[in-house]
Amino acid sequence: MTASLTVADAEIPPQKDLVEERLVLWYFAAALTFMLVSMLAGLLMGLQLLRHNPLPTIELFSPGRWRMVHTNAIAYGFLANGFLGVMHWIIPRLTLRPVLSKPLSYLIFAAWQIVVLATAVGLILGEAQGLEWGETPVWIDPVAQLGLLLVAINFGAPIIQVKGPMYVTLWYYLAALVWTFLTYAMGNFVPEYFVCGSSAGAVGGLFIHDLVGLFVTPLGWGMMYFFVPILLKRPMWSHGLSLVGFWGLAFFYPLQGIHHFLYTPIPMFLQYGAVLSTIALELVVLTVIINFIGTLRGTGMEAIRNLPLRYFYTGITFYFLTCLQCALQTTMTFQALIHFTDWVVGHAHMVMFGVFSLWQLGAMTYLVPRILKTDWYRPEWCEFHYWASAGGLAVMAGDLILGGLFQGWSWAALQPWEASVSVSIPFWLVRIVAGLVMLTAQVVFMLNFYLTWRKSLHANLRPSVS
Amino acid sequence: MFEKKSGILLIAGVGFFAFAFLSNAVVPMLMYRHLPEKPVKDVVNGNTRYQFEDLAQRFPQAFEKAYGQPPEDAQQAGDWYDDKCAEALEIGRKVYIGEGCWHCHSQFVRPVSNEDRRWGPVSKSWEYQNRLQRPVMFGTRRVGPDLSREGGRRSNDWHAVHFFKPDSLSPASPMPQYPWLFDGSPDQPNEKGLALLTYIQWLGSWLDSYPYYEDYSPTTIKPVAAAE
Repeated sequence: MTASLTVADAEIPPQKDLVEERLVLWYFAAALTFMLVSMLAGLLMGLQLLRHNPLPTIELFSPGRWRMVHTNAIAYGFLANGFLGVMHWIIPRLTLRPVLSKPLSYLIFAAWQIVVLATAVGLILGEAQGLEWGETPVWIDPVAQLGLLLVAINFGAPIIQVKGPMYVTLWYYLAALVWTFLTYAMGNFVPEYFVCGSSAGAVGGLFIHDLVGLFVTPLGWGMMYFFVPILLKRPMWSHGLSLVGFWGLAFFYPLQGIHHFLYTPIPMFLQYGAVLSTIALELVVLTVIINFIGTLRGTGMEAIRNLPLRYFYTGITFYFLTCLQCALQTTMTFQALIHFTDWVVGHAHMVMFGVFSLWQLGAMTYLVPRILKTDWYRPEWCEFHYWASAGGLAVMAGDLILGGLFQGWSWAALQPWEASVSVSIPFWLVRIVAGLVMLTAQVVFMLNFYLTWRKSLHANLRPSVS
Repeated sequence: MFEKKSGILLIAGVGFFAFAFLSNAVVPMLMYRHLPEKPVKDVVNGNTRYQFEDLAQRFPQAFEKAYGQPPEDAQQAGDWYDDKCAEALEIGRKVYIGEGCWHCHSQFVRPVSNEDRRWGPVSKSWEYQNRLQRPVMFGTRRVGPDLSREGGRRSNDWHAVHFFKPDSLSPASPMPQYPWLFDGSPDQPNEKGLALLTYIQWLGSWLDSYPYYEDYSPTTIKPVAAAE
């Protein structure tokens, strides 16, 4: 700090006391590593569907097991690590307080990597738990649960010390810390140990949905409410809409889990309830989207020129599309046709990659040069990364969604089962190509990240030598 | 309230979550409380026992290696087969989960999209009130067909060869091979293989329409005692 200290400056602790920047980078590196693992796993399953699995008879490379690695690595490896990294940046800067404990932060980092690695190893050894998105072997669940508790304590401490009303991001973060802990506990323990059958299906549905709606979504939107105003250098358009958005999401999101199991023996009125709350949520989502479009008023070109902003607004667009799709596809009419098909797989990719992964990658694109205090090694590689990721995803999601319709019609027409497979082949082929483009983009991004890091080490060494 | 820690923590964080859990999870639990969860040994029925003993005859060496010899006494042998069958169902389900079968095969027949014509009766709640449906194996994607009425439709031989190399029976099948469920060849299923075969043959064995073929008149379900 220089001599020209103002009163406001004096009250703000210096960045190095607030943010453990090295840890943010570590989280990003871990996240990208698991992204790579997840994509390779997806590639293996994709090749199997095309009957070109290069490793068909090796137990440890069984595509069924790696399909679970694919989803778990993206949820717990990529997204969770990315979010934790971003939270280490955002929460201290918003609360002006560091997280509870620096050693605890490092302990959580190590523990979480062990949890994710152990999950992957457990799945590859065939020890999965029979819950979608919760395949983490049962013996890891308590460790993960403890880890989530520590995360909530470590990040909860600075948030809880804030006096008076909090900024939007902290609403989402505070709620997410509670929700993630509760969701994980509900989904991994209740249907495993306490209830069976349709009730377990209802809880399983809640878990599938809450994992997206109460863990990934609030952490994602929290991030958007922080970065978008900063990048645009202006406040959110409407605080009222921010309130409507948060409270609407908080109320309606947890109510819709059962829409994953429509036409099952779960009581019909509960199924209708889940459908209605899904449609209601779409109206809430619309208010959030309007708020973010409103924030952009007059400077729309910024969202195209500025790369991190472009990531964020692309994700917001995909979010709108997925939610719109959600409101349509959960109606009973649509479900009859598209449930069980690749439509849903396309939808899931649009949410997990098109929205949340793009937001993460945008945040990384923004934060890495700031933390390393040097520009990207190759900024044009970042451009390629954007276009290949977003473009590849758009093709993949569109392709799978369309393919799902063909599968659904084939089944309803009582064609032989093989017909629904042969009609899928062209779609699965396009999916592989789109996936390879996305994979290439991530490899380029990782390389860029590594070279930028190396460049920054040299740059930071030089002054001390001279 | 709407921007304060207490409101967000208690109302949104805990309150809304609890409300959703009560309305969406506790309600069905209470509605099905008259259908208590059956233990595994109670879901071993005559149809499954028949398939299990069929495994013992088709793959005698493999069966003996996995389960040993049944007792000489007929009554004891009956109990022994029941116990081993229950054991096989449990292990078979573990394999089914561990291999991720449930990510490409569902286990419920919907009342729409002509599914009851393809697979048999629409699924009912009571079918799922047992230990082998905790967690429930509804599934969310069908690359391959629904399996909840698969039992008895095809022979153990067929399934063994199919698990070993699916496209040898179903040429365009994208299903992966599972040679590690066998000791080298399809006629040598190991313990996991036998267990998975038992589990597959169990699916739907509790229905009057077992085994389900299109345009086939149903046989009635046989209780265990009558099957011996």
